[in-house]
Amino acid sequence: MADGAAPVLDVRGLKTVFRTRGGEVHAVNSVSFHLNPGELLGVVGESGSGKSVTMMSLIGLLPSPPADVRAGSVMLGNRDLLKISAEELRNVRGAKVGFVFQDPMTSLNPVFTVGNQIMEPLMRHMGMTKAQAQIRATELLALVGIPDAAARLKSYPHQFSGGMRQRVMIAIALACDPDVLIADEPTTALDVTIQAQILELVKDLRKKLGMAIVWITHDLGVIAGIADRVMVMYGGQVVEQAPVRALFSNPQHPYTRALLKTIPSLTGDRAARLQVIEGQPPILIGAPTACPFRARCPQAFARCESENPDRRSLDGRPVGQGHDVACHWSPRGAHA
Amino acid sequence: MLTFTIRRLLLAIPTLLFISLVIFLLVDFAPGSPMSQIPLTVPPEVRLRIIEAMGANEPILVRYLLWLKQFFYVEPLVLIDSLFGTSHAEGMQRIVSWQSRSPVMDIILERMPQTLTVVGSAYVIGVIIALPIGIYSAYRQYSWFDQVGTFISMIGFSVPTFFTGVVLILVFSVNLGWFPSIYDTSLRVTSWETFLLQAKQMAMPVAVLALYNASQISRYMRSSMLDNLGQDYVRTARAKGMAERIVVLKHVLRNSLIPVVTVIALGIPTIFGGAIITEQVFKVNGLGALLINAIQGSDLPMVQTLTFIFAVLIVLFNLIADVLYGMLDPRIRYD
Ligand SMILES: Nc1ncnc2c1ncn2[C@@H]1O[C@H](COP(=O)(O)OP(=O)(O)O)[C@@H](O)[C@H]1O
Ligand code: SF4
Ligand SMILES: [Mg+2]
Repeated sequence: MADGAAPVLDVRGLKTVFRTRGGEVHAVNSVSFHLNPGELLGVVGESGSGKSVTMMSLIGLLPSPPADVRAGSVMLGNRDLLKISAEELRNVRGAKVGFVFQDPMTSLNPVFTVGNQIMEPLMRHMGMTKAQAQIRATELLALVGIPDAAARLKSYPHQFSGGMRQRVMIAIALACDPDVLIADEPTTALDVTIQAQILELVKDLRKKLGMAIVWITHDLGVIAGIADRVMVMYGGQVVEQAPVRALFSNPQHPYTRALLKTIPSLTGDRAARLQVIEGQPPILIGAPTACPFRARCPQAFARCESENPDRRSLDGRPVGQGHDVACHWSPRGAHA
Repeated sequence: MLTFTIRRLLLAIPTLLFISLVIFLLVDFAPGSPMSQIPLTVPPEVRLRIIEAMGANEPILVRYLLWLKQFFYVEPLVLIDSLFGTSHAEGMQRIVSWQSRSPVMDIILERMPQTLTVVGSAYVIGVIIALPIGIYSAYRQYSWFDQVGTFISMIGFSVPTFFTGVVLILVFSVNLGWFPSIYDTSLRVTSWETFLLQAKQMAMPVAVLALYNASQISRYMRSSMLDNLGQDYVRTARAKGMAERIVVLKHVLRNSLIPVVTVIALGIPTIFGGAIITEQVFKVNGLGALLINAIQGSDLPMVQTLTFIFAVLIVLFNLIADVLYGMLDPRIRYD
């Protein structure tokens, strides 16, 4: 391993298919990535690119049917999460892997107190008594920055604002001190100032607790501020992966470049300030035989129609370790 | 919640007064007269005296006010007297049936047990059957269990109870002879044998009504569970590693029960009124049968009082449903 330590999470060749009436939707197509201890991996891509489905496939959160996690391995430490029993997987969920979802308004159960919902995983995974769990839950609420934590345990979710609810979700996800925290667009549903507060909170918690984080967003601006490494997804595939600096300074995939142009800039003229990528995300029916981005790609050429590009390294390091891209086209023409 | 309940109870008073007036007027204007019950051979002056004795010749407003006083003042006093052995109501005129000339309330109290045992137990059994079926059907949506359940409840729901009742009588009483087709009200359960007899005569009317109730409530339960199974908080519970049993029977069920409990509470008054037809079919001598007979005999005090009691129950259980809703759903704040 390039940076010494073994990864906490190592995903290889993950394929997830939805069986629908219209055919098989190949939502995740041979996705591989890893996560080093304490690292923050940013995952970007527009809506429908397969980010959520990828992460939910890892820990068996997709309803099956229609979902079918068809191939690959998900090594958490030395266990393959795709091979263990449902019961073992439940012991992993919420204990070793914490999950924060997009919409804090609907992600908490409206009829139970916040305290009850934080204490549940503590009693389930840590074998705590109710009294112990209550003490720990109070600590957790204080940790995520909720004032008057002991009293707020008795509150119901509707008595919290959106930002506060997301803090509660983070407290639940971190309750059992997981190795990995997966945050699926945790700030998308919040307004800008609250977004910034949640980002600060996560940065702070990361320093204190040292867990590895997968941070999903469609906002590259957020990624620039917090990620160590970035993985760009499109059409259910990883199209580019690089350390955060390399990705911003030297984007290779036409989709990444287009995404970077969509970041609002304060200096450009009005028209250039906010761009959108022309065209529609691909429909993922059937196994892909061509580059998923071809219909919207300014660089597309004949080969893009006939062959789905593999990820290839740009800096000589193994794919996934350095900077890699899945595109037939190359600015220097060398790899094409 | 308490202030809400008190406010609603106070509001119910004018509502019920208005309802009682409407009932009184409607029943009074309906065709049919108490005189039709008196044989034509009775001489006119005797007829007149009978009618005077019944109070039926008074203007409607006087009769209404008298009825109000009797219902809200005299009858409660009679109840207190019978409970505590006092004699506050001595000498006061009670609401009296034109048909039988005995106090309406006594007759109602006498008929109540039949209705409660038959229709009430059918309702309870229906609810007890419906909840697990609804829960499991939703959890295993489109499974064979769900399909069969849907089919049976469609039948139970859409075939009228008088039809299922007659079919059951034909099959199990007439052809097989397993159960009696007529309900014997005078049967007293004093031994194992009489208990078996009672169970036998209750079996068919209870089955008919329970099937109907269970069909309806299991549908509510199922759709409420389905609404909730797809919610984000269910995914959160699973992401916490909670067992399916906890996810479904704690998180989903607790939310799904909120509307279902309301529906169950709202359905309780129909125990008293809605079983009229089934009581007729199986000759159960209960409140439904009492109402039908009173209507046929133009027994206005009986019809007015019974109808008004149904109305009170409906208003009361509406309130109970609202209070339950507020207790089950922490998001509801009435005050
Ligand atoms: N239950 C489902 N049935 C069929 N297709 C689905 C289902 N859930 C997700 N998909 C498909 O999977 C693809 C990826 O979705 P998702 O991972 O949610 O995207 P993202 O999180 O990147 O916005 C989408 O094209 C979507 O249509
Ligand atoms: S493979 Fe072809 S179509 Fe796909 S991104 Fe590269 S150049 Fe564009
Ligand atoms: Mg998503």
